[in-house]
Amino acid sequence: MSEAHAHPNYIKIWFWLLILLAISVAGPMLEIPWVTVVTAFGIAAVKTFMVAAKFMHLQFEKKIIWYLLIICVTFLGVFYFGVAADIMNSSGQQWKDCIADNTCIEQRL
Amino acid sequence: MSLQGPIATHRMRTGIPTGRLAVWWVLASEIFIFGGLIMCFLLFKFNNAPGFEDADMTSTAAGAFNTFVLLTSSLSIVLAHAAAEKGDIQASFRYIWFTIGGGLVFLLVKTYEYSSKIYGGITLTENVFWSFYFTATGLHALHVIGGMVIMGMISFDVRKNHNLQRVELIGLYWHFVDIVWIFLFPILYIANF
Repeated sequence: MSEAHAHPNYIKIWFWLLILLAISVAGPMLEIPWVTVVTAFGIAAVKTFMVAAKFMHLQFEKKIIWYLLIICVTFLGVFYFGVAADIMNSSGQQWKDCIADNTCIEQRL
Repeated sequence: MSLQGPIATHRMRTGIPTGRLAVWWVLASEIFIFGGLIMCFLLFKFNNAPGFEDADMTSTAAGAFNTFVLLTSSLSIVLAHAAAEKGDIQASFRYIWFTIGGGLVFLLVKTYEYSSKIYGGITLTENVFWSFYFTATGLHALHVIGGMVIMGMISFDVRKNHNLQRVELIGLYWHFVDIVWIFLFPILYIANF
């Protein structure tokens, strides 16, 4: 069994998660791009942190678990930003628009 | 063969119970699976790949309801863990099955969404957006099913007052499934940015 620690008020946390869900659904309805990004994605990050810290008890966990997760997310960022500059490029000698150009698909087949 | 269960249950070398450490390792590896999928989605979206305007065709109400269901089931599994810690095995058993019920409701809504899309002629190969939609939500649904099966197995152990520490472990897995959906919901159902 896990080490003894005080359990937070889970129902209160659940209630706030639902409030944040409502805001994240309502925000994009305004159809203002920055509001959409803040409410949909910013609140998703906040909800993730609340679930991880309070429900998964990450705030009580030993630091090794934090290090493990931070390293994984860091590597994910490295994989993304490492290739994004190449993939997001839409010009160059070897570049082909493989989404629009069916010859790419035919070659692979 | 030991009748007392796995050796790992009864020892720890890191200061963290071995089972809990193992579950965190699994979740760390899952970060790459779902994180990689979501990153690829964003790469295509920011590269203006065609088809992403189809995010308008997903049902925000269904996605929001499913988010509510998973958040509520996260609450019930953590209450199951708290009950198991207090030794209230009947309450823990009930909370676990409430969580399984939440998973079932989630899958029913997903089935309705999938069938309405497929009957409307939209499948995995329609365009890049729908490829991601079916792949990401399908993979997530498989994780939900797996979690439900394991929760069921653990619940019967709990009823016999065995291996109560496993309620926390499956709870960690279920919270991760919930977190993945918290990110999938805005990018697949809301994202008009």
